[in-house]
Amino acid sequence: MAQHKVNYASNGGLPVALTSVDKLLNWGRSNSLWPLTYGLACCAIEMMASGGSRFDFDRLGTIFRASPRQSDLMILAGTLSKKHAEFARRLYDQMPEPKWVISMGSCANTGGMFNTYATVQGVDRIVPVDIYIPGCAPRPETLQYAVMMLQKKIRKESANMKKNKKQDLRLV
Amino acid sequence: MRKYTPKDNVQGKAYYTDRFWVAPRVPRQVVEDEHFKAVVEALGERVKEAYVEINNLVLHIDATQNYAVLETLKDTCGYKVCSEISAVDYLAKEGEFEIFYQMLNLDKAKRVRVVCRLKKGLAIESVVPLFKSANFAEREMYDMFGIKANNHPFLKRILMPDDWEGHPLLKTYPLQGDEFASWYEVDKIFGKAYRDIIGPENRDPARIERYDTKRFSRVGYEVSFDTDISGGETKTEIEYSSTFLTDYNTGTKQLDKRK
Ligand code: SF4
Repeated sequence: MAQHKVNYASNGGLPVALTSVDKLLNWGRSNSLWPLTYGLACCAIEMMASGGSRFDFDRLGTIFRASPRQSDLMILAGTLSKKHAEFARRLYDQMPEPKWVISMGSCANTGGMFNTYATVQGVDRIVPVDIYIPGCAPRPETLQYAVMMLQKKIRKESANMKKNKKQDLRLV
Repeated sequence: MRKYTPKDNVQGKAYYTDRFWVAPRVPRQVVEDEHFKAVVEALGERVKEAYVEINNLVLHIDATQNYAVLETLKDTCGYKVCSEISAVDYLAKEGEFEIFYQMLNLDKAKRVRVVCRLKKGLAIESVVPLFKSANFAEREMYDMFGIKANNHPFLKRILMPDDWEGHPLLKTYPLQGDEFASWYEVDKIFGKAYRDIIGPENRDPARIERYDTKRFSRVGYEVSFDTDISGGETKTEIEYSSTFLTDYNTGTKQLDKRK
């Protein structure tokens, strides 16, 4: 092992790292996003693939949780039917703050090809969405990219949620 | 197999243009099969019409006798499986529903379709005591067409929510939903007062908002995010990358020496 001599005395006797509360909190939040396992249709298969060993979500600190009360990210993957909309909103309400939503696939974004009476035409009618992923179905790489974009967004946020303005959090 | 139609020019020319084209009917054949003859014999008077369509015996009966006919089919003819029950909406043309029962005989590998007509507003007798599979099928028939089944143990909507209005498979039901359907999730979750805030559904997937610079930009007229362009915008010349227009065929530099 390399021998380091830490000069405690010059730093006031302790190893010190300087940071701000915002950065510290956002570092913690963005690197352990725990999504709620919420597959609704065929897009769920791609979401599961991203969680599995080949695409390996865990290396981003993203571990799927089976309970809304332990998760801070909701990945709405698939077709949201009108009958189910109520429950999607209820699960969203049960998640503790702060929380984020990714809308995955064209069905969740706009209703997609299901331009019918039984499909919610875009999940943003029900819950506020942070990231929309286009595609039918989006590849796991796309979902990973979306999670990384979300991390970028979280790192821009202020720990005081009231200070966050929409235009400050724009990614592109 | 379906008849082959050449499709290499379909995008240039529509191969299907006749609006009033009627699909050709499957030919109706006389009952010749020994087993099918025995089935028609066993049912006797109750059969109004019988013919064979693609190895499928079709029996027209009276809607009031459906239970008795299915019981005979099950007990004496060996049709132990009822694979599907549903209805077809002929209300506009004939003022009736057509209800059909698709039956299967596993020993003889034969299929029979029992068909009956039901006026609007009437109920049909449930066949759940004979076939357990009829339970869900009749609930679906009720959900989709509003046809009630008498003496059904648990007649309740199966696919649509319990408080749904209307029966979606009726020909009169709009595909994109009526007023109730289009506001269903908003009314249910947030209440009617939120209709104004959330706004109507966007049913046009290609809709573009001309003055929305947050989500749309016009090629050749790009402006920065969220600029007000209601007074018009200036044209920006498209800049091509200098390598994009390079002609590699006439250059002096030869990249591949093997040539
Ligand atoms: S976007 Fe495509 S893949 Fe995803 S749920 Fe809809 S139909 Fe399925």
